[in-house]
Amino acid sequence: MPDILASLTLLGFGPTGWGLQLLRATAMTLAVSMAAYVVGMAFGALGAWAKLAGRAPARLLAEAYTTVLRGIPDLLVIYLFYFGGSQVLTALGHAFGGEGFFGLNGFTVGMLAVGTVSGAYQTEVLRAGFLAVPKGEIEAARMAGMGRLLMLRRIIFPRVLRFALPGMGNVWQQVLKESTLISVTGLVELMRQIHIGAGSTHDAFAFYVCGFALYLALTTLSGVVFRAWEGWSLRGEPRVAGRMAA
Amino acid sequence: MGQLLGGLPLTLELASISISAGIVLATALALLRAGLRPGAWFVRGYVYVLRGTPLLLQIFLIYYGLGQLGWVRHSVLWPFLRQPYWCAILALTLNTAAYGSEIIRGGLQAVPAGAVEAGRAAGMSRPLLYRRIVLPLALRQALPAYSNEMISMIKATSLASIVTMMELSGIAYAIISETYRALEVFLCAGAIYLTLTFLLSRAVAMAEAWLNPHLRAGTP
Repeated sequence: MPDILASLTLLGFGPTGWGLQLLRATAMTLAVSMAAYVVGMAFGALGAWAKLAGRAPARLLAEAYTTVLRGIPDLLVIYLFYFGGSQVLTALGHAFGGEGFFGLNGFTVGMLAVGTVSGAYQTEVLRAGFLAVPKGEIEAARMAGMGRLLMLRRIIFPRVLRFALPGMGNVWQQVLKESTLISVTGLVELMRQIHIGAGSTHDAFAFYVCGFALYLALTTLSGVVFRAWEGWSLRGEPRVAGRMAA
Repeated sequence: MGQLLGGLPLTLELASISISAGIVLATALALLRAGLRPGAWFVRGYVYVLRGTPLLLQIFLIYYGLGQLGWVRHSVLWPFLRQPYWCAILALTLNTAAYGSEIIRGGLQAVPAGAVEAGRAAGMSRPLLYRRIVLPLALRQALPAYSNEMISMIKATSLASIVTMMELSGIAYAIISETYRALEVFLCAGAIYLTLTFLLSRAVAMAEAWLNPHLRAGTP
């Protein structure tokens, strides 16, 4: 048993423990995932709007966006933002008389890259959610004399949310897991911290198992949160079999 | 571009081995899940853990973590587990099997009870019933959803580059960090991946049409 005890000390909060770093890294993972999710939400809303109501060029652009971003590995997108971003920034910096190298930090790169990818999935989720809103409700709102913004806020937004929430939950889980790829930029999020700990203590196995536990906790907790949110969005709905409230 | 294409065989190899091994394992897991309690609980736990953790962490655990355990180093599997190639394949297979088993489980649930009863009434034994009736119906039902999983596996092979495999993404990374021409390399590598996923989805659509002769246009 001394082996396990040693591992626990290593992962704990004692003077030789990595507990604090791991917790901090978990917070970083959450922060970068949330930032990426917000970016993805913005792209998704824009993409869904373009696909549903845009003119031909906007629709084409959105179509290309979802096809390409869903068809290539996220790792490549992160490399593009990481190297391409600093390439562009350096060029811009030189144009404005700066010197040397300008780079994007890992957080920004990760947020933008993972956000762009998740936006492609979010586009489809939101589009499907909008299409599920019964036409009659929109017509009724228009008949009641609601302005576009009021209708968006009172009718469309809550209804789309109610239909899109399960899909949005899936996208969030995906973002959370994809945030590990941001570790290639050197940002010390959970994956990176685990890898550092594993590399510098000779107890790699314990760190990776601990990583499993932490990520499982994150995904499980977010599952609980999203189910609760779903239940809330379904309040007042009749409970029909096959359309179960949480 | 030519340099990038050099990574294509390895990408294809990783993807095809892990996808096919994954289907076999996924089917076994789905059947186990439908069976007796201890097996079903094991599969539930397996699926929960593998779907709740990131693939990159799974690859790292197998590649870096297992080597630390003495009994793994002294086992017959060590010659395989010390190579990033087999570690990547093992991680990809275990991961896709978890997602795949849920898809096949959905397919199994969609098998009409009447078909099973008819088979039983005809005097089929359990293995024969599964081989002739249940599995063909379930796999046919699961195929469209499974094609999504296959496509995400093609994309997931890119993670093998992080454990030193020089497949498409690994080579793309090497070229980018050498030449700093991120956009050009990205476009080329992206085009190759897009072609792969497009071809795969076409192939699955064709397989679907072949497996569902009664849905083809023109049949009564």
